[in-house]
This record gives sequence, structure tokens and C-alpha cells, in this order.
Amino acid sequence: MQFGLTESQEFLKNSARQFFAGECPSAEMRRLMATDTAYDAVLWSKLADQGYTGIIYPEAYGGVSLGKVELMLLLEEAGRALLPGPFFSTVVLAGSVLDAVGTPAHKKQYLEPICKGEVRSTVAILEAGASWNLQDIQLGASNGKLNGEKLFVPDAAVADFLIVIARNGIFLVNAEARGLTISPMSGMDLTRKLYVVRFNNTPVEEIGPNLDLARALDISTAALAAELVGGMQRTLDVTVEYAKTRKQFGKPIGMFQAVQHQCADMYLETESSRSAVYYAGWALEENAPDAATAVSIAKMYCSDAARTVGNRGIQIHGGMGFTWENDLHLYYRRAKASETAFGDATFHRERIASMVIDSGSVSAKSA
Amino acid sequence: MDLNLTAEESAFRDELHGWLAANAPQDWNEWREKPLDESFSYLRAWQRKLHEGRWAAVSWPKEYGGRSATLMQQALFWEEMARVDAPPMVNALGLGLIGPTIIACGTDAQKERYIRKILSAEEIWCQGFSEPNAGSDLAGLQTEARLDGDHYIVNGQKVWTSYGSFGDWCELVVRTDPGVAKHKGLTVLLVDMKSPGVEVRPLRQMTGESEFSELFFRDVRVPAENTLGKVNDGWNVAMSTLMYERGSYGARLHLIFKRFITRLIELARTVQRNGRPAAEDPLIRQKLAQLSAEIEIMRFNQMRAFSRITATGVPGPEGSLQKIFWSELNQRLQQIAQELLGSYGQLLGGDPHAIDNGIWSYAYLRTRGNTIEAGTSEVQRNIIGHFVLGLPRSY
Ligand SMILES: Cc1cc2nc3c(=O)[nH]c(=O)nc-3n(C[C@H](O)[C@H](O)[C@H](O)COP(=O)(O)OP(=O)(O)OC[C@H]3O[C@@H](n4cnc5c(N)ncnc54)[C@H](O)[C@@H]3O)c2cc1C
Repeated sequence: MQFGLTESQEFLKNSARQFFAGECPSAEMRRLMATDTAYDAVLWSKLADQGYTGIIYPEAYGGVSLGKVELMLLLEEAGRALLPGPFFSTVVLAGSVLDAVGTPAHKKQYLEPICKGEVRSTVAILEAGASWNLQDIQLGASNGKLNGEKLFVPDAAVADFLIVIARNGIFLVNAEARGLTISPMSGMDLTRKLYVVRFNNTPVEEIGPNLDLARALDISTAALAAELVGGMQRTLDVTVEYAKTRKQFGKPIGMFQAVQHQCADMYLETESSRSAVYYAGWALEENAPDAATAVSIAKMYCSDAARTVGNRGIQIHGGMGFTWENDLHLYYRRAKASETAFGDATFHRERIASMVIDSGSVSAKSA
Repeated sequence: MDLNLTAEESAFRDELHGWLAANAPQDWNEWREKPLDESFSYLRAWQRKLHEGRWAAVSWPKEYGGRSATLMQQALFWEEMARVDAPPMVNALGLGLIGPTIIACGTDAQKERYIRKILSAEEIWCQGFSEPNAGSDLAGLQTEARLDGDHYIVNGQKVWTSYGSFGDWCELVVRTDPGVAKHKGLTVLLVDMKSPGVEVRPLRQMTGESEFSELFFRDVRVPAENTLGKVNDGWNVAMSTLMYERGSYGARLHLIFKRFITRLIELARTVQRNGRPAAEDPLIRQKLAQLSAEIEIMRFNQMRAFSRITATGVPGPEGSLQKIFWSELNQRLQQIAQELLGSYGQLLGGDPHAIDNGIWSYAYLRTRGNTIEAGTSEVQRNIIGHFVLGLPRSY
């Protein structure tokens, strides 16, 4: 056993870090965040040139066929840069749904242009009840048409097509389709825009039953947790740097145990989050029997850790941490939005409980 | 100990009740969500009205426009204000911290000059303590004041000054003697913010608005008679302000928290969780119960602290307990609100889907400042460790 990155994984991670540092430094991230959609076509084509838009998908569709661990590493680095725009929505979310449920023809038509960086997409899941439990979905297609609305849909305004999870299947809607309206919501995370998507007799194309959705959502959930790891790492790095240089009472504040121990806790939470995410990536890649549990463990832990790491980072920066100019709050806002997206810690604890407690009682009974 | 209302307390409450029924504004909801620079004159007018009814600072002595209210009467005051959902008083720092410091340390002429206008909100006050290099280490501040005849010449910079851009006057801590130990050479000056050489630059907070500012002082002339307390005794004067800040803020907050929790419980009855109202979910019930209990404990702590202050006349370092308790409780409360509201919690004011017009997302972000402003939680714990418990100094 070797629970560490291989040389090529290390290489991918480092080059992604350099790429994002060069193409999406803080100033660029802030520029994009201030635009309506946070999308930039030039940056997108550079992401495609790197092969990032097709990272885990088959070469047959223009992808690079890397594994889920590599996906985690890429998203970790994107999270460290707080990459704005529809990368997660398009590549991770829409891509993994198409990959999991689409026919070869669908993949050719929709996944391939995603891999090649030619289109943007997203997946619409939540409704007014805002439940991440797929059984609670009410919206259903009839006669090839959708009527109703989806909420909190990320990056919908720049999607060339949207994938809609309905009660009776998974449907694809063209951005130009009749009766489709997309209006912005205003959320705390300024780098990932959310929308209300309304359908009024909107024609849709069915791409599959939602039976096979669980795996695609697990991949997306783990990838979102990986982003949080990157955000935590960035928050930890700048905070430790600040604690070494900021002086009060004639000493660097990092000399005070109250500060040092908080930095140590941030480190502990960041590393533990990373372990959970890497394991989830591996389990997904290997189709391990505990893959779903591993994803919930990662999302549960990262959801809480990203918030507490952010709390401590801001606290150690004192008044400076409370300013708009400091990037910490932008990471903190992302952490809050991602904390609830794909289920918060409570949701995933419940999932873990049903897997480790309820399934345990089943085997006890049969013994 | 007897927490029943005396005849005198009932009379106090009835009088206030009647006054509020006749005077409390009915249109506060239209202003509540507006940025402070729009609602400022509205709030100022409201405070003036309270002052005219002698309700602006009930705890202050009668001769300074208060009612020498007892602890119980103060509690009743805030309860009644909350019951009618009265707007806040805009000169918060003047009423809560700086007025009491002037009453405690000021000359008769200073009390005559400043107190009434604090009450009427005619003059808004801000607190110029922190500097870029002197936050937790307040005594390390560098803004200097040099005596030139009957004036001080002030040069330096302050930062994080709440209400800086609305302030008419500033309680400014300056260094008057650079030659002695850092706590010993400080003096408090009362500075007219309209003096030539004062520049105010608003700073944007992580919530998006500019509640605090940077202040620059370039050869600002301040009459020597504006010294509050003794020259080079500014540390003690500033500490009494900080003790008021730490010790007494909780009274008002109790009612704000109470409103938050009442609203959360209301929301928990409608928000669905696992197919049932969240209020029936055992986990949510535990969390809401814990918050409700802690909000009560905060009030009990506060009442005991008030009794102690009434007996001794001055707030002490135990105020740090209050400061830690309310600031960290507020953060827990807002996190639980977020958990309850789920995806809706992140929505900002102005979004048609936002619950209560986005106050929850705002409050979630704003409470991060609570454990920093008025002395960080770490500093408050140092104070308790050293000054209350007598442990060796840790820094
Ligand atoms: C919303 C808000 C409003 C404010 N309003 C005002 C105002 O009106 N007037 C005013 O004068 N100031 C105001 N402040 C400033 C506030 O008082 C300071 O930010 C605070 O005292 C901390 O100082 P600092 O920001 O310089 O942080 P620093 O002192 O640099 O502290 C950085 C970190 O180091 C820790 N630390 C420092 N020393 C020690 C130690 N000895 N032991 C352990 N840990 C330590 C701190 O706890 C903190 O976590 C406001 C601040 C905020 C956030």
C-alpha cells in the first residue's frame, strides 16, 4: 500500500497550481467575480488547452482518461485559486452525468464538446424544497416537455445546454429552447453564480433514467470537497504567513500559543480533509464497495472544516481579516455555499449512519 | 435576590409602555434594510425623540439626562423596546461607552458641553483607539500629540473606526510622552472631526458595506482643555471605556438574540427536514434548545454583572466574560441559522428568494467581526487568565 501521490500525479498537481497561479491570480479572480457570469472565454480555452476540460473522460470523446484521484488534485488546485466560472458545473457536474447515463450518441454529441472546451453546461437539481434527496424531486417531464422551475442552478446563464434532473428521468435542454428563462439569484459566493431556471412547455431530450445518477453525484460531491481542500490550504498558508510577520507586543503574533494552536488546528483540519478527499477519489476510481461512504465522509468532514478553517483564518488576521480587500472572505463565502451544496455535514452524517448503522443491523439480523 | 417587579418598577414600565405606544415609529420596516448612510437621519430623529422623553440613556444619572435606572429598570427598558420592535439608537458608541467615560472622568465643563448632545444624537461619536500597528497591543499606539501653547498638535493614523464617516467627535487616544513606558505616556483627547487636518477614508468590510473607516490626522489642533481625565493617564481613561464596551453591550444584545431565536423557531416550524417540519427534527430541536438556553445564561451573567457594577461603581475585567460569551454565542447562533435554512441561507438581501430579505447571510458574515472588535477573544481570554484568575502573564 502506498497512500501518497505518484510522480505523475505530483506533476499534474504542481502544473495545475502553476497554471492557476499564472492564469487566475487573485486580481483576475476578483475581476471575474465582479462580472455577471464570472465566465471568461479566453481563460476557458486555456483550460481546454491543458486538457482540464476532458480530464476524466474517455479519449474516444476527446478526453484524457485520467482517474478520479487526478480529478481531485485538479479541483484542489482550482479551489486554491478560487477559480470563478463554470468549470465545476460543466466539466465535473454535467460531464460526469453525461458520462454515467448518456448513450454513446449522447456522449458524442454533448460530452465531446465539453471535453474539447467548446461548450459550457450545468445540472439543475434543487427545487423550492432545496432538498438534496433525489426522492424529493417533483418536476417531471410529460410529452417531451418540462413545466416548472429549478433553483440554485450554478452557472446556468453561460450554459449552452442544461441537464435537468426530473422525477421521471434525466433531460437535456438547449439554452435556446422555447419557454426557458434563466434569472440570477444572489448568493454569498461571488465566484460561482446561481440561477433560477424556469420551464414553460420547454421541449427536452431524454438522456437516461435517474437510476445511474448516484455515481455521477458522488464524483461531483467529492470534487467539490476537493475544491474546499484547496481553499483551506490557501487560507492556512496566508494565515501562517501573516502570523509570522504581523507583530504585536513586540513579537510576531505566531509566538502566542493562542494563535499558534489555532494555526495547528487549521493544519490538522486541512490535512484530514485532504486524506478524506484523496481516499474518496481512490475509492471512486476503484469502484470500491465503500466508495459512497467515503464520499460522504469527505463531504461531511470538509463541509465543517472549511468553515472552521475560515473562521480561524479571519480571526488570526484581526481587523485585517474583516476587510473586503483581504481575499479570506471570498474563500469563506465559497466555503459556505459549498458547505450546503450536495448536502451539508448533517445530510452526509445521516447517509453515513444509514450505511454504517442500518446496514450493520441488517447483517446482525442475518447472522 | 427578588426578581418580581416592585411598584416602582411597574410604574417605570407602564410609563415607558405608554410613551412608546404614542411615539415609537410605525415605519421602521421600510428603513431597516437600508444602508446606514440612508437611514442615518431617520435614526437620528428617533434618538432625539427618545431623548426628549428622557429615554435615551435611562441608566445615566438624572442630572445628566438619564433616570438613574436600576438594573431591573434597564432590563425592562430593553425588553419594552424590543417588544415594540423600536429602531436602534444611532449614537451607540456615545451612549454606551463614551458618554459614561465622560461622566466618570470628565470635568463639569466637559459634561455640560458634550453630554446633552450625545443624548440627542446631535453629535455622533466614534472611538479612535486602534492603529495599523496597535490593535491588541493598544498601548503601543503611535499617534502623537505635542503641546503647543494651549493646543495639542496631533499627527498619526487610526484604523477600523466604526461610524468614522458619521462621527462629529472622536474619543482619541494619543501619545503625549514618548519617553516613558508605553502605558504611561498616553492621553485621551476629545477631537472635533471637522478640525482642519482630519481626513476620513471609509474602509470596505467583508460584508460589503463601510461601517468603519481609516482616520488620518495631519497637524490637527486640539484645544488642551479637550483632554479627558489627566494628561498621561489616558490608559486608565481608555480602559474604562473598554470596560463599558465589554461589560454593558450584552444588555442590548440579549434582545436582539432573543428576536433571532424566536424567528428561527418560527422558521423551524415551516422549513422541511426529512419530510417533516424542522422543529420536529431531534437534531434541530437540540440545537435550538441549546441556543435558547445560552441566550438566557447570557442574560443572567449580564444581570449579575450589572449588580456588581451597581455595587462597586465601575465595571471590572470580568466584563471580558460577557464579551466572549455574546460574541461567540452570536457566531454559533448564525451558524445554526444557516444549517436550518440550508441553501436559502446563502442568499443576499435583494434576492426575491432570500428569507427575511437576507438578514441571515448578512449576520453570518457580520458576526465574524464580533470576536475581533472591542478586543479579540484571545485578548479577552488573556485578560481573564491574568487579571481575573491571577495566572502569570502569558505575553
Ligand atoms: C467590525 C469592527 C469594528 C471595529 N471598531 C473599532 C472602533 O470603532 N474603534 C477602534 O479603535 N477599533 C475598532 N476595531 C478594531 C479592533 O479593536 C481591533 O481589530 C482588535 O483590537 C484587534 O486588533 P488588530 O486588528 O490589530 O489585530 P492584531 O492585534 O494584530 O491581532 C491579530 C491576531 O493576533 C491575536 N493576538 C494578538 N495579541 C495576542 C496575545 N497577546 N495573545 C494571544 N493572541 C494575540 C489576536 O487575538 C488576533 O487573532 C474594530 C474592529 C472590527 C473588526
